[in-house]
Amino acid sequence: MEEPSIRKRILWDKLFKVIIILLTFCSILPMFFILFFITSKGISVVNWSFFTQLPKPVGEIGGGISNAIIGTFMLIGISTAFSVPVGILAGIFLSEYRKGRLIYFTRLCVETLQGIPSIVIGIIAYIWVVVPMGSFSALSGGVALGLMMLPVIVTATDETLKLIPEGLREASLALGVSYPRTILKVILPAGISGILTGILLSIARVAGETAPLLFTAFGSPFMSLNILKPINNLPLMIFNYATSPYPEWHTLAWGASFVLVALVLGLNLLTKFVTRKWKVQF
Amino acid sequence: MLEKDIKDISVELEYPMGMLKDSSTADFLAKVHARVKARWKSGFSESSFRRILYCAGICVLVLLVAIFFSLVIASLPAIRNFGIWFLSGVTWDPVRSEFGAFPFLVGTLATSFLALIISVIFSIPLSIFLGEYSAQGATSTFIKSMIELLAGVPSVIYGFCGLFLLAPLVRNLEMKLGVAPYGVGIFTASLVLSIMIIPYSASIGREVISLVPSDLKEAALSLGATRFEVIRKVVLPYAGSGIIAGILLSLGRALGETMAVTMVIGNSNFIPKGIFSPANTLASAIANEFTEATGSLYLSSLIELGLVLFIVTTVINVLGKLIIRRMGVGV
Amino acid sequence: MESTVLRIEKFSAFFGENAVLKDINLSISRNKISAIMGPSGCGKTTLIRCINRMHELIPDTRVSGKIFLDNEDIYATDPIIVRRQIGMVFQKPNPFPTMSIYDNVIAGYNLNGIRLAKDEKEKVVEESLRKAALWEEVNGALHRRGTFLSGGQQQRLCIARALAMGPAVLLLDEPTSALDPKATSHIEELIMQLKDTVTIILVTHNIAQAARVSDFTAFLYLGELVEFGPSEKMFTAPKDKKTEEYLSGKFG
Repeated sequence: MEEPSIRKRILWDKLFKVIIILLTFCSILPMFFILFFITSKGISVVNWSFFTQLPKPVGEIGGGISNAIIGTFMLIGISTAFSVPVGILAGIFLSEYRKGRLIYFTRLCVETLQGIPSIVIGIIAYIWVVVPMGSFSALSGGVALGLMMLPVIVTATDETLKLIPEGLREASLALGVSYPRTILKVILPAGISGILTGILLSIARVAGETAPLLFTAFGSPFMSLNILKPINNLPLMIFNYATSPYPEWHTLAWGASFVLVALVLGLNLLTKFVTRKWKVQF
Repeated sequence: MLEKDIKDISVELEYPMGMLKDSSTADFLAKVHARVKARWKSGFSESSFRRILYCAGICVLVLLVAIFFSLVIASLPAIRNFGIWFLSGVTWDPVRSEFGAFPFLVGTLATSFLALIISVIFSIPLSIFLGEYSAQGATSTFIKSMIELLAGVPSVIYGFCGLFLLAPLVRNLEMKLGVAPYGVGIFTASLVLSIMIIPYSASIGREVISLVPSDLKEAALSLGATRFEVIRKVVLPYAGSGIIAGILLSLGRALGETMAVTMVIGNSNFIPKGIFSPANTLASAIANEFTEATGSLYLSSLIELGLVLFIVTTVINVLGKLIIRRMGVGV
Repeated sequence: MESTVLRIEKFSAFFGENAVLKDINLSISRNKISAIMGPSGCGKTTLIRCINRMHELIPDTRVSGKIFLDNEDIYATDPIIVRRQIGMVFQKPNPFPTMSIYDNVIAGYNLNGIRLAKDEKEKVVEESLRKAALWEEVNGALHRRGTFLSGGQQQRLCIARALAMGPAVLLLDEPTSALDPKATSHIEELIMQLKDTVTIILVTHNIAQAARVSDFTAFLYLGELVEFGPSEKMFTAPKDKKTEEYLSGKFG
């Protein structure tokens, strides 16, 4: 019988640990590179006129991303308006009726919806909104983003409400409060932290999405507040400018990237803050 | 006004007021309860609220079904025209109205699997590190935040950085290797993709590893095994299917990833010849050509690409989630 | 002369096909404390949940028989009205965590959309907290969250909340089983003071508590009412053999 020497085994053990630590730190290196480059290339571009001006035509220096910023907020507004009411109600539905085939299939649908590639969602919004309307529009972009936000909000609401102790509902019902009021005035407020987190996280997710907007919102060089017309937003602008042959536009794209990354990271931080501050103790 | 309420409603009060010792309190409560009784009729009824909840739930179901059917119906012209040969057709030529999806299938599978292999080399050690060696503490929190950041960076930013930072490096490599120096292509796309999908398999892997019962590990340690041996022989086998599920989910993510890939894959509709060739994936083909599609056959072929993508990613995601649910991990 | 505030006639309750309460006949006297006791599973919690119509919220349940509150059939009235006239305090204190103490007390009004003038609100809050023997302790901190109170204080807050609605009957479901002995004795004192204000039905698995506090006691066993009568007589000279066995601890 041959037995590996103890020294050899200890050596392997130490080697393994070193490899693990090395690979771990390697895997987070890209993050540093990305942040470094975006900051260094983008921050020099960012100034007040960057935020307030419209992009200039090719060949002219300067210009800004004002329409992209407004567009980003408008699209987020439309998508939130679509997804939050339905999402919260569907989440309440799932958490109230725990058992049954309908619930099982609905949950499965929510998970499936979450996994649909964003470009496919773009195709759907194209078929459902752009084709009947006959043109690209902020509305169709908002619908696409809303479809992406929906499953996240449903899941967040469902999971949060499931954790609320039954005693709370009983206390309210025993006071003669009707079922709808119990849900809306007692249960929902108790779960507001988790639900808001879900909403904020889904906003952070769609703020950076480009694919579903390529043929819905489409992008535009103009400032527009009309939801029936095409609209620009930060990710679309970055994509269009980065893939263009003009160096001035590349510079703008770096600046826009900086703003976008700051926005997304800021939203994530806000989420953490909200979760902690509004968490309800039972 | 309150006196009037009492006179009108006093006959409806449910219980005598004499039970209260303090008559002013009795009066007061009586007034209040008159209003309570008068009020019960108004307000949202339970059944209509329940109906609304039910509708919202059905909405979600209907949405998914509608998405599937919309894709199928819109792809019908292409399906009728090409049938199953759509998937094996090697030519994608809009000019001659020949649409075969095979080049994109190759591009998708090549980039996704290559990205998967590269990412696994990093995400499994990452899971082991966070699950075993450093489960708590500042380092752990720091690394977990970094992973979250990696997952939060928008795809277009990855594409941008990939195009301007990674592609030149790859171009240098290609020149050294004597290959055509595109800079973009399957290799670059796979590299970018691999970085993007690390967080998905890493976080699930970490969770399943941390769920391995400590008494199993302690039993092995008490028998004299080294940490490495415990991980190799106890932890990994136990967490094995969970780790695989995490990898499946990151595969699902890779298959559907569009923007970053579109920006660095080189946009070629031919079957890629090698790892450094430019290509197109299902997603990048749609992204590149959708707005220029003229004619219903062209458009419906692109939509059929989307249908294929939808089916493939759904199957993989559902599979991955089923395995995870079986292991009892919350995703 | 005692009058009857609650009359239970031939009442049965079912979980599916399983009868949890069988043909209960009971008359609860006004402004007295009636205890309901019995071993686990005897149906005492189900009984009081039927009185305020919370039992029917569980799917696949049904009841038969009648319960009269002041001669009105509660199963012929809207359950929401019934629950406003019959208050309930639960085993585990459950103040609303998102509301202050003040808002917790008048939650019954706020949640039902009943608007009270500011001075009416203050009056109700003070009255209810005084009756629940909590006023002295929380006055001055009324706008803090209710969950910062101790277990015993939280339970008294729940009592105040129920009392604020001015119910005819107050149902207490093992209100002290989650509390320490000191808080328990406070609540027991409180219950005895409250009977002038409201009729109390107390479910307890603590025989000694029933003996200390109640005027009348009902003994339930396997869903049937075995014995009901003045507590003094019941604890010293029970009529039924089962009651005697339970009281002497032969089973629990």
